Amino acid sequence: MEIDISKPILDRNERLASENRALFDANDVFVLDLMASPGAGKTSTILATIAALRDRYNIAVIEGDIASRVDAEKISAHGIPAVQINTGGACHLESDMIKRAIDALDLASLDIIIIENVGNLVCPTDFYLGEDAKVMILSIPEGHDKPYKYPNIFGVAEAVILNKYDTLSVFDFDESEFRQVVHSLNPSAPVFPVSATKGDGIDAWAEWLIARIESARAARAQS
Amino acid sequence: MHEMGIVASILDASVEAASKQGAARITEIKISVGELTEIQEFALDFAFTSMTPGTMAEGATLTVNHIGASSRCVSCDIEFEHGRFEIVCPTCGGFLCELLTGRELTIDSIEIDDAPLGAEPSEGDETDKDGSDADTASGAGE
Repeated sequence: MEIDISKPILDRNERLASENRALFDANDVFVLDLMASPGAGKTSTILATIAALRDRYNIAVIEGDIASRVDAEKISAHGIPAVQINTGGACHLESDMIKRAIDALDLASLDIIIIENVGNLVCPTDFYLGEDAKVMILSIPEGHDKPYKYPNIFGVAEAVILNKYDTLSVFDFDESEFRQVVHSLNPSAPVFPVSATKGDGIDAWAEWLIARIESARAARAQS
Repeated sequence: MHEMGIVASILDASVEAASKQGAARITEIKISVGELTEIQEFALDFAFTSMTPGTMAEGATLTVNHIGASSRCVSCDIEFEHGRFEIVCPTCGGFLCELLTGRELTIDSIEIDDAPLGAEPSEGDETDKDGSDADTASGAGE
């Protein structure tokens, strides 16, 4: 006898993500899921983004790592609330981890939460956390061929940050080929060259993010 | 990626549904996997074969229905199939396309049997192999 089930395999994750989403909506909080490989500059980019947006918005950060509190401490040192999630070996964040992290935050006082996902170009792409947008960072030393090898992450990201742009002349990175492949995978995603630790290029990225935040808020206000 | 976790979720949902029906065992589990997900089928098969012994799904077949990627052009409303790359409307060349299929990861249905493993199969146990696009991964009992 055949029994119909017809439900997502990641049903539990999707359900909890929807609960997170409802909490974010109720508190008018915009949530960004930032994905990249280890060492691409996620934390540096978050710090640069905080510097650009902190006069305008109240920001908190959720840090996902397999172990340690290193990243959360870096963020906290700048006076920004940071919650560290240690996945204990898991290669991506799931929505129940985010739920526990937001329990430790005062959502009512926040405008933006930036989630730093575990350094990985594969697994985070299939897990909805309740975020408004996924954005990914690729750094110049990783090479321009990454979109060929990890197409999915470039496909789900709403924008691509090209970090460590100040090292372009040192590495054999073909920027026009990179942009071409990203465009073929995800035609509507803008590419923002930045040097996060120096602040170069952050203005254009911040401008895009502000527009994205405001359009999400306007849509929320209407619904 | 995390095929063990995927198989654990598949088994949880299948065992729950089969138990509700009072089944003794599960003979087949049908799932759909979109082309744009990061599922590796050999890892899925390995996890399924490793994790099913001792469960109601011991010896069951995992049937995967592959779903290709398709989108609809926002400008001319045309629906078209595509791979991971070059998501471009074949009619107008536009890039603004809404993804229709390709990210599926669903458990569709299960086949159950009243008889426990090792007993004579009951009538109606023959599984329906109609999916031309589907291939099967044999479970531990085969």
